[in-house]
Amino acid sequence: MSIRERMSGNEAVAHAIKQINPDVMAAFPITPSTEIPQMVSTFIANGECTTEFIPVESEHSSMSATMGACAAGARAITATSSCGLAYMWEVLYVAASDRLPVVMAVVNRALTGPININCDHSDSMGARDAGWIQIYAENNQEAYDNYIQAFRIAEHSDVRLPFMACQDGFITSHAVENIELLEDDLVKKFVGDYEPEQFLLNAKMPMAVGPYANSPFYMETKMNQRLAMKNAKKVILEVASEFEKISGRKYGFFEEYKTEDADFVIVIMGSAAGTTKDAVDRLREQGIKAGVLKIRVFRPFPGEEIATALKNVRAIAIMDRAESFSAYGGPLGSEVKSALFDAKLSIDTVNYFYGLGGRDYTVEAATEIFNDLQDIADKKTEPVQFKYIGLRK
Amino acid sequence: MAFNFKEVMNKPERLAPGHRMCAGCGGTIAVRTVLRALKPEDKAVIGNATGCLEVSSFMYPYTAWEDSYMHNAFENAGATLSGIETAYYALKKKGKVTDTYKFITFGGDGGTYDIGLQSLSGAMERNHDMVYVCYDNGAYMNTGIQRSSATPMYADTTTTPIGSESNGKMQNRKDLASIIANHDIPYVAQSTLLGTMKDLYEKAEKAIYTPGAAFLNVMAPCPRGWRYDTPDIMKICKLAVDTCYWPLFEVVDGKWILNYEPKKKLPIEDFLRPQGRFKHLFKPENEQLLVQYQEEVDRRWEELLFKCSR
Repeated sequence: MSIRERMSGNEAVAHAIKQINPDVMAAFPITPSTEIPQMVSTFIANGECTTEFIPVESEHSSMSATMGACAAGARAITATSSCGLAYMWEVLYVAASDRLPVVMAVVNRALTGPININCDHSDSMGARDAGWIQIYAENNQEAYDNYIQAFRIAEHSDVRLPFMACQDGFITSHAVENIELLEDDLVKKFVGDYEPEQFLLNAKMPMAVGPYANSPFYMETKMNQRLAMKNAKKVILEVASEFEKISGRKYGFFEEYKTEDADFVIVIMGSAAGTTKDAVDRLREQGIKAGVLKIRVFRPFPGEEIATALKNVRAIAIMDRAESFSAYGGPLGSEVKSALFDAKLSIDTVNYFYGLGGRDYTVEAATEIFNDLQDIADKKTEPVQFKYIGLRK
Repeated sequence: MAFNFKEVMNKPERLAPGHRMCAGCGGTIAVRTVLRALKPEDKAVIGNATGCLEVSSFMYPYTAWEDSYMHNAFENAGATLSGIETAYYALKKKGKVTDTYKFITFGGDGGTYDIGLQSLSGAMERNHDMVYVCYDNGAYMNTGIQRSSATPMYADTTTTPIGSESNGKMQNRKDLASIIANHDIPYVAQSTLLGTMKDLYEKAEKAIYTPGAAFLNVMAPCPRGWRYDTPDIMKICKLAVDTCYWPLFEVVDGKWILNYEPKKKLPIEDFLRPQGRFKHLFKPENEQLLVQYQEEVDRRWEELLFKCSR
């Protein structure tokens, strides 16, 4: 029997951590993810979980200590946001290359410049090429569900990659919503024990981690990471299917909301998908065939599947909550367009930037975007390559 | 147990030959001596900051380390080992690990005094049961002899080159052992390569088998960077302690202990003269620099004597 509760996204992830009871957590506070290590510390202080907590002096060290613990043979986790993630940058790549299945809760927040504590995706989007699996949640329920699935995916012998379980700062992390929790035993059974084949504390077979590997071996390392990332696609779906059996909740690479017969689709990630769904419902009442494709899995990128899902659409808006300053579009825009091109689909697209640094994204904004798409499809206006939405007038 | 040179040298090597460190490298001598202080029956996990030691001892697919070993990056050896040590307690508690493990990490002065200072400070303050060994050769040797905060004053390095307007590094070296001692950890010691290696061996043994965080600062000459005749390494180390440039001391639970006081304190020139990096100091016009150098060595020595007299 599932348990009905009211929780914020941070509480949901902390609750999942308590249920999973990982061996080691190392963390350094940064808004808006700070609550996660705080709550875990309280669980430990009250004997509700037995995780060893390392209160490190920085995020660079939280990632480094998590990696050390994971290589040693422990199930090891951390949590961070924004500049904390940026500070880990160097070692994110090392974790992926060392094939350490650490799980990191990322509570998305804008990167500093100027300093801003609110949500956008510039932190994890910047880390998109680090070799980590990235899964994004729309709400607290998904943050909880994704987090529980993370370990099975990351630790799978065909994958062995680090994992970022992302949720939107404040919007998801701090807003309290209804949630269905799984029973402790069910979570423990689903996640299982971490039993690596090779680890530093294996007395029978010592191991060396983190070699110097120049041109004769480096490229094969990268190719193997790529293969693991490709394998992750299969494993993500397998784990989702098993998770559905215990939870009744279905997950895939992305969620298609009223896209089956849609003429106009907004492709989006995270909490703003909910706002967009509201706009779709209103437009559908007016007979406008609008839909949402909400990307859940960004790494590995399900390009072929996205293209297939969009093949009959007349116009598409791709929504980026992160700048990449290519002056040619954002990260999600580039990758979705590339998927459409490879599928030989010539569909009008506009790449929007929205919600940077926590700027509001409203049902009205989504409606305006759908109206734009309709005008483009009806040849009333020319599509622009990219556009900022919600700017001050 | 009394130090028995023959017994110690007959212990199994834990750093296999065939690594690619330079002939006569002080770092390698320091590492082998420290590893000998492990009880043969104890297992160990060795950490390593990026540097000469790492790139020369673990070149994929070969490793020279008999024990489990992890290199992560340049500045995070302290944090990485603290994660490994914490995992040990977590797994031991659950019965998943039964052997006794010890945790030792090695870093050069670049990875320890400079880029890795924060990570080291954090690991020491949290008092993880580990030993951090700095093999201090007084410059970033791996990247080609650039100055570090451990580089002694007036040393000629590739980023403090001597020239018509320069006498080498203008600043004094950082006193890292004092900084770490002020973290109030159970054991800090300074050592170098001397005679039978008794001093370093015994300090390593204490560091490894003292519960909690321990730090060893080991002067480890680099023949390339210091430009002395390679076989003279032991002479150079002896001169460093006899000139009081590199004093031998321990800080045990906050108590400062001087381990060696030369019967006759030699002038600092004796340590500087055999090294090419200080050659310019022996030009007649630089006589005043040597006077100043001696004053600084004396000041630090007096300060140490004061700390050890309390």
